[in-house]
Amino acid sequence: MATSTTAATAPAGSGREPGGPDVDARTRARVQKKREAEHLRTLTLGPGRKGRAAAYTVVAVLAALWALPMAWAVLSSFKSEADVSAAPLQFWPEGGWTADAYRSVLAAGDIPLWIWNSVLVSTLVTVITVTISALAAYAFSRQKFRGRRWLFVLTIAALMVPPQILIVPLFDQMIALRLSDTLLGVALPQVVMPLMVIVMKNFFDQIPVELEEAARLDGASDFRVFYSVVLPLSRSILTAVSIFVFISAWNNFLWPFIVTNSPEIMTIPVGLGTVKNAYGVQYASEMASAMIGALPLLIVFMLFQRHIIRGFATSGMGGQ
Amino acid sequence: MTTTTNSPASTPRPPAAAGTGLAPRRRPGKQPAPSRTGYWFLAPYLFFFALFLVWPILYGLWMSLTNRSLVNDESSFAGLSNYSEALTDPQMWSSLGNTLFFTVISSVPLILVSFAMAYLVYTGLRGQWLWRLTFFAPFLLPVSVVTAIWAFLFTNDFGLINGLLDRFGINQVGWLSDDQVAMWSIALVTLWWTVGFNFLLYLSALQNIPDHLYEAAQLDGAGTWRRLFSITLPMMKSTTGLIILLQALASLKVFDQIFLLTAGGPNGATRSILQYIYDAGFTGYRLGYASATSYIFFALIVLVSLVQMWFAKRKDS
Repeated sequence: MATSTTAATAPAGSGREPGGPDVDARTRARVQKKREAEHLRTLTLGPGRKGRAAAYTVVAVLAALWALPMAWAVLSSFKSEADVSAAPLQFWPEGGWTADAYRSVLAAGDIPLWIWNSVLVSTLVTVITVTISALAAYAFSRQKFRGRRWLFVLTIAALMVPPQILIVPLFDQMIALRLSDTLLGVALPQVVMPLMVIVMKNFFDQIPVELEEAARLDGASDFRVFYSVVLPLSRSILTAVSIFVFISAWNNFLWPFIVTNSPEIMTIPVGLGTVKNAYGVQYASEMASAMIGALPLLIVFMLFQRHIIRGFATSGMGGQ
Repeated sequence: MTTTTNSPASTPRPPAAAGTGLAPRRRPGKQPAPSRTGYWFLAPYLFFFALFLVWPILYGLWMSLTNRSLVNDESSFAGLSNYSEALTDPQMWSSLGNTLFFTVISSVPLILVSFAMAYLVYTGLRGQWLWRLTFFAPFLLPVSVVTAIWAFLFTNDFGLINGLLDRFGINQVGWLSDDQVAMWSIALVTLWWTVGFNFLLYLSALQNIPDHLYEAAQLDGAGTWRRLFSITLPMMKSTTGLIILLQALASLKVFDQIFLLTAGGPNGATRSILQYIYDAGFTGYRLGYASATSYIFFALIVLVSLVQMWFAKRKDS
């Protein structure tokens, strides 16, 4: 529906707007995109209505099934505890809708702190990982030094090491380094991500080397070339990798769970998962906490949907 | 900012940072002499790589040969006894079996459903934004949010699923408390939670299929099903290979959602190998034994990766 209105208004609007050519180009691009989508629909589903109707039905059923758990959780979080745990099931709560669960969960106080901890940890992990991986990837891609091949093979081999098998020795190591139960202890062991080095190396390999040589002729140092020539050309991959790393760190459970002990140090997945209130299970509050815990990344996703999707597709495939 | 970070790199000949101390051999006639700034670029990565990957691997290997415990500092060399104990413990084998069972029953639907979703969205149905959001959003939820939602859905009497069964006069199911059902429930939760990742990988691969292949097939009179089976699916072969590998490795590493939903119960029916390691190390305080089991698991992961690589190579040639 929304698409059909834009199609109808856009051409009319483009004639009136002062910024003529720009808007015109955008409209043309949109029309072009639509035509391509229609073309693809015909190619894959056939020209008739039958194929399309079937496809819409299946996709709608799948989407409904996938939305249902979340929708039910949202509804339940706005019911009173009595209505949530009433049997038989109540779809419309007898006691009416209420935000009590949110009030009590936020008053209990730990969730905002956990979110803050997650923000700190994920930001730190992202900054360090992206920095050290980009530098290393550039070295592997462009620079000549002894042991380059060997070190890169080591990085590829490291892809096979599941981080989970390292938790026992790492835990011992963190105690020795006096980092256990600290935010640094949560963050630092997460910064080694060989996959990100490989993804970025694959990207750097495809940048034409002439640009760098020109800068070098002007007397720029290796680091200068990297910083002022290569990085600006790599914005797309840096965004992709940053998003991937940030979300992985945000949702990491096992390591933060192992290394933290005090509730003030926990990240959101650990706090929500392990700290229970003293009154037994109260599902309305549980759902309210879950919704608050889900919110930050969902908001980020709404804002940067395109980037996130591209980020996961490129990083997930190893940058191919 | 630039001045501070710039200084080490602009130093013409820094001492070898990565500790190799080898002088670069000059090759006359080729480009400018290989500079050693490469080590400076690598140094920060290598530092963390050595500290948080190489060292724990070696240290864990050493620990696995001792009877180191979490509660007292003394530890003595134990040879391979941890390994022989693990390999003869029926509980280790049953948690390994659970893990493999989970891997099969989760991977198959995760691949089929994600492909179906990706294909439907790829065909250019209207409402792209909505479909992508719905299929991918659960992947962005922290695991404890996922398990909170599903523990509630699975509850007796007032849980959504059992509540609905009750309404239609069907007996309620102990989704997480019946040892015949629990692992299937975990697989269902995992499907809902993580299908979005495979969905994205498939979608981006599908979008790389050139239109002219379909156009040619259309001219040859191939119907839409025929086009799906003779063009789309064959074009997805290598992507599917990659997704199977990534999925199998991810499923073998299952821990979080099981730990939070059933903690391995009922009667150990959902205990995965990683939970066995966790229990040995952090509930039983036997770090040495937990390390040995970690290495057995590591061997399994390496084996799966190598088998997959071998298959991929054979297909190429």
